[in-house]
Amino acid sequence: MQIQTGLEAGVEGTVLKAEVRDLDFHYGAFHALKRVSMPIYDRRVTALIGPSGCGKSTLLRCFNRMHDLYPGNRYSGGGIVFHPDNTNLLAPEVDPIEVRMRISMVFQKPNPFPKSIYENVAYSLRVRGMRNKNELDDRVESALKGAALWNEVSDRLKELGANLSGGQQQRLCIARALASDPEIILFDEPTSALDPIATASIEELVTELKEKVTILIVTHNMQQAARISDYTAYMYLGEMVEFGVTDQIFIKPTKKATEDYITGRFG
Amino acid sequence: MLKAADLGAIRAIITRAKRWDLFFAVLGLLSLMVGVLTFTVLFLDMAIQGVPRLSLDFFTNFPSRRAENAGILSAWVGTILVMLVTALAAVPLGVAAGVYLEEYAPKNWITDIIEINISNLAGIPSIVYGLLALGLFVYYFGFGQSILSAGLTLALLILPVIIVATRESIRAIPQSIHEGSYACGATTWQTVSDHILPYSSAGILTGVIIGMARAIGETAPIITIGALTFIAFLPPMPFAGDPAAGMFEWIFAPFTVMPIQMFNWTSRPEAAFTVNAAAAGFVLVFMTLAMNGLAIYLRYHLRKNIKW
Repeated sequence: MQIQTGLEAGVEGTVLKAEVRDLDFHYGAFHALKRVSMPIYDRRVTALIGPSGCGKSTLLRCFNRMHDLYPGNRYSGGGIVFHPDNTNLLAPEVDPIEVRMRISMVFQKPNPFPKSIYENVAYSLRVRGMRNKNELDDRVESALKGAALWNEVSDRLKELGANLSGGQQQRLCIARALASDPEIILFDEPTSALDPIATASIEELVTELKEKVTILIVTHNMQQAARISDYTAYMYLGEMVEFGVTDQIFIKPTKKATEDYITGRFG
Repeated sequence: MLKAADLGAIRAIITRAKRWDLFFAVLGLLSLMVGVLTFTVLFLDMAIQGVPRLSLDFFTNFPSRRAENAGILSAWVGTILVMLVTALAAVPLGVAAGVYLEEYAPKNWITDIIEINISNLAGIPSIVYGLLALGLFVYYFGFGQSILSAGLTLALLILPVIIVATRESIRAIPQSIHEGSYACGATTWQTVSDHILPYSSAGILTGVIIGMARAIGETAPIITIGALTFIAFLPPMPFAGDPAAGMFEWIFAPFTVMPIQMFNWTSRPEAAFTVNAAAAGFVLVFMTLAMNGLAIYLRYHLRKNIKW
């Protein structure tokens, strides 16, 4: 299926990881996403930008079926096709737990469980039935290394996650999201509760992580999108206004609305 | 530019307004004292009357027609056994119901009706539970006038308290923790057993103990189902006696509890029995305070490691 994004094809060497196709979403009677389409490229960072209430977080939370947790939410049309297996993530017969095992998420405010640092990271492995102590130790260590936290916490894995600083807590949550080897990690404004230094470390981490995993990030900070993403999607009032390579979106957007938002004339 | 005269006017306004502060502070303190002083006087009166009567004999003697020989052995043993049955029945049922309503129940009008009714159940007079239990447990199920019937009756009575406490402690867990668990790929049961229950256990326990503290002093429903007021033997110990009692024979034994023992003594004409009642009342209040103290300790202990 042709994707109506204004972008003819991906940059050379890119592979499609997922496609949002004509997605409609309702919160009760409110039509929150209107025929949204966009591609997600494998091992690239895709940023979703737009003013508050434009539906960017709503779209993000479709990817791991978070909306299923609350009554009244409806995926009312279209879908998200996941590659290479061509599964529609939103199909009723697809178990949301299966989706969440493949696509993990990092939230706006760091939300470590009130458990030890070790148990926080191990949790996403434990729900997959991993019991072997050595295997758990190895995976926790490599996840903490992947989240650039290992050097700071290796000697106090038994301490509570909540005792870490805000930036460390967010990296702990990234380690938790990373531990299970997900195919996509969703970031929902991951730095909005952090100071500038912690923000810089998370941004650096995101650019490192795309070596291994596909990243979809919602941000209200356009500079952040420009700094870390390869592709950017601009949304407004539940519609996908423009999708493209980040440089193109920020330097010469094709739509007037995108230009107005990016230059700060609107939003 | 502010003139001196204006400043004087402003100060006068503030002084006048602050008079109401003082008025309300005094009024509030008086209202508080009505409650606190009344309770203190009652408690001290009971303690002064009753404490001298407390002795080891008082705890190890059965009731007697002679006030100076009478004790509360059958009453405190009965109270503890009834409370045990109450806790064993009410805690699993109440917590399971609360978890179900918060985590599993579909949000529709049937659930709404159930929710409203649970809050209402907490307000039903306890004598009504007694009547229900008399028909259901004592006669229909044939449990008789036993510890089992009494324990189950009180369990029904405090079930709404435990359900409400469970739900409120679950709601106190931030949504982000909840979503974090699901986002890891946890099922509802994994979320409940790994996160919801451990993090809400302090609040649930507090609710359980508050419920138990209410149940320990209940008299009306226990009298309704036919607890004895004078009983001079203990329920059979498991595996003791001849022929040896079974593991659970005690739950079908007749019994009495502390408040009934007190009630019985206060209705006697002799003054010495009033002293006995005061002493038993002191023990009962002490049992309740001990339970509340335990609740505070456990809450502190369980919450120590929980920070959001």
